[in-house]
Amino acid sequence: MSAALDAPERPAASEAFRAVSTARKVKNQLATVLVTLAFVIAVIPLVWLLVSVLIKGFPAIVSVDWWTKSLSGVTPDQARGGVYHAIVGTLVQALIAGIIAVPVGIFAAVYLVEYGRGRLARITSFMVDILSGVPSIVAALFIFALFISIGGLSQSGFLVGLALVLLMLPVVIRNTEEMLRLVPDELREASYALGIPKWKTILRIVLPTALSGTVTGVMLAFARVMGETAPVLVLVGYARAINFDPFEGNQASLPLLIYTELSTNPSAAGQLRIWGGALTLILIVMVFQLAASLISRYSAISK
Amino acid sequence: MAKRLDLKDVDIYYGDFHAVQNVNLSVPPRSVTSFIGPSGCGKSTVLRTLNRMHEEIPGARVEGEIQLDGEDIYARGSDAVAVRRTIGMVFQRPNPFPTMSIRDNVVAGLKLQGVRDKKKLDEVCEASLKGANLWKEVSGRLDKPGGGLSGGQQQRLCIARAIAVQPDVLLMDEPCSALDPISTLAIEDLIGDLKKDYTIVIVTHNMQQAARVSDQTAFFNLEATGKPGHLVEIDDTEKIFSNPQERETEDYISGRFG
Amino acid sequence: MTPDGDEAEPNTVSERTTQRAPSDDPATQDRPAGSATMSSVTDTQPSTTGSSRTTSGGTGERVFRALTTGSGLVVVVAIALIGLFLIVQAVPSLLANNDNFFTSPEFNTTDASNLRFGIRDLLAVTLLSSLLALVIAMPIGMGIALFLTQYTPSRLAQPFSYVIGLLAAVPSIVFGLWGVLVLAPAIEPIAAFLQTYLGWIFLFAPGNLPVLTGTIFTGGIVLAIMILPIVTATTREVFSQTPRFQIEAAQALGATRWEVIRMAVLPYGRSGFIAASMLGLGRALGETIAVLLVIRAATSPSHLSLFDGGYTFASLIASAASEFSQPLPTGAYISAGLVLFVLTFVVNAMARVVAGGKVNG
Repeated sequence: MSAALDAPERPAASEAFRAVSTARKVKNQLATVLVTLAFVIAVIPLVWLLVSVLIKGFPAIVSVDWWTKSLSGVTPDQARGGVYHAIVGTLVQALIAGIIAVPVGIFAAVYLVEYGRGRLARITSFMVDILSGVPSIVAALFIFALFISIGGLSQSGFLVGLALVLLMLPVVIRNTEEMLRLVPDELREASYALGIPKWKTILRIVLPTALSGTVTGVMLAFARVMGETAPVLVLVGYARAINFDPFEGNQASLPLLIYTELSTNPSAAGQLRIWGGALTLILIVMVFQLAASLISRYSAISK
Repeated sequence: MAKRLDLKDVDIYYGDFHAVQNVNLSVPPRSVTSFIGPSGCGKSTVLRTLNRMHEEIPGARVEGEIQLDGEDIYARGSDAVAVRRTIGMVFQRPNPFPTMSIRDNVVAGLKLQGVRDKKKLDEVCEASLKGANLWKEVSGRLDKPGGGLSGGQQQRLCIARAIAVQPDVLLMDEPCSALDPISTLAIEDLIGDLKKDYTIVIVTHNMQQAARVSDQTAFFNLEATGKPGHLVEIDDTEKIFSNPQERETEDYISGRFG
Repeated sequence: MTPDGDEAEPNTVSERTTQRAPSDDPATQDRPAGSATMSSVTDTQPSTTGSSRTTSGGTGERVFRALTTGSGLVVVVAIALIGLFLIVQAVPSLLANNDNFFTSPEFNTTDASNLRFGIRDLLAVTLLSSLLALVIAMPIGMGIALFLTQYTPSRLAQPFSYVIGLLAAVPSIVFGLWGVLVLAPAIEPIAAFLQTYLGWIFLFAPGNLPVLTGTIFTGGIVLAIMILPIVTATTREVFSQTPRFQIEAAQALGATRWEVIRMAVLPYGRSGFIAASMLGLGRALGETIAVLLVIRAATSPSHLSLFDGGYTFASLIASAASEFSQPLPTGAYISAGLVLFVLTFVVNAMARVVAGGKVNG
């Protein structure tokens, strides 16, 4: 608009219309600069970090072995082998968490939105907030205390999955809840009017309507837990070979691989593996994030 | 203090959309001019170009000239912020600052301009609240938040806030549409008092209100949805409501249309 | 944005939705009440199963309701169990502790028959690093939220927010890796500068590390970057909900953009911003691996300097995780975990209280 307004044929403004004091103008400009600067300041570490990881990790991930082989039989200073075993572990542990956390989380969200009322609902909602703030190391310690100290089990990928459930739940619940609240009441009423009971209405009408948003939430929850390091430090040992069985023996995961190599392997091969692992982890997380945002873009209910 | 407003060949656009077409009108000082017309005719849009509030909408653009006592408010180097200081506005929905006390609400504009002298602020506060017929009701609780008042009182508080900076023109965008009949009456009485000192332009959906409060009335219309709105005619209120020049106006006034 | 929502302009549609949004809120909030009436109706009806399947008193309804309520309860029970089991495991070790748990800077669990552990230094390092992170992230987070809601054209706001959101997607171990190997050496000169010129303030005095990399200072900066998306996301949400009419009130008085923010946006969003900051603080207090990688272990007690090293609650537990074998030493770490749990519980609960209804999670 200013282009038209500042057209040269316009006469210059009179004093009255320029009367904003210099101090105010300067303050306003300063605020604009500072606020823009804040954004730039946040972008700097992001770009710096991503570029560092990309440059240092890229040489590692271009080899086919990286994606298809484990480190079994590879000595620490040898630049060969791959992280297949760690990818497997990461996915298996996240999957275990998802199998438990997704249904429980969705049902809990249904409870909060459709059934919950009174004190119990308020407490539940409050506890979801608390759970989303529980540090991953505390979740891991809890699982350790319950299953290893008291239950007498030994460390395993499955226990990691259980700890991840606690971290996944609030994300699934909050996202599902938000989507369920967006489902218009008219839909529910239309279904009730047809004589369909409430639970069937929820299962057949409400949840499918909210599906894409729910899936988005699940994807985000996966993205969150796959990068978690604290639970794997406490609950499972590192293995250099592939282990598909989460109930038995040590199982690697990308965070654990990075941590182990960082703390035990100062060789050049170790450095390469660390950064390659970081890049791989970021890529996997990004895939889930991207899936989440793609799904939410084609969401059935627009916000 | 009160000044006249002249609109010359004003066209308003939102992006590619031509919202209002070729408006020419004049608002004499110390008078009340009301804008009436069906929904979508652009009356509020025109009002908002008078203090450059429309610029807050991305893509909004005005062609033509809008002059305050002969001075172009869109002149080169002019600042929308300064224009709004001289042309005050009251909105459809009372909008006092909820966290500020009644006193701070009234003097908010002055404080923006850097007036810090407490005595002066108190004087202006009292004078403005008196001017808005609110002083008697709130003088004992100036430090209470403005949000605690009734809807009608809040709207008068907003008027007090607008006149505290002694603007040249006061724009009112359906100031009574959110109020009950008694509060509406209070605001209408107030408008009658204020026109002694201010040039007032009011947009209203209520034709009786236009007939009651205004000296001249402008009727806006649009041919169809999606077409630009335009000014049909502007004349003395009495004449518009008794003997309009245009058939469209007559149809609208008599309720045959819109 | 025009109060006259029915003016013919292209904004009309979006306009109406924004205008309707507030009135939608009560509607959605009404729903639990509405469904409450529905279900109370079904509750009071005699459960004549079979004949009145449609009145939702049937087995399916009861099973489904039990299932959903049960899932909700899982969360409540989980929190209760976390507290309970951490206490159960911590108490024997606390009883066997030969030092003061709250005042001792030592954390020595090598001899199970002579446990000497206290959380003084853990608390100091945890709080110093988290508060430094907060001090950095609060103004920047607020700035970004303002930038995204008040300065950026809506077309760019979405991709810009996405960029900030990417920060949240980076796993913490990668932050730790980058923090220790890239950032720490890069900001060493800044640390040296601060120590040289501000060393007379206890925060910048020489710490208990021989070097200036891997200090609380470094860790706090890494944490600040990590909590920035949390602070920003919630604050942005609240700022963007500032009622249009309040912004217009300020604009019509002739307020500059910054003055509009001061008069309308900040008062409206203050509580949300504080809540967002507390959520960020909660995250910083509990962050484990990034801190473990970045902040070096120290051999002498904390001086309350930002150039100290040491462990936070979380990083100490993680560092010892591989040695969790004997119950009593393990219990010592679990007691540290218990304190961390209580800390984050309090901080997150406060965030919720401060936010009122404005923030979710």
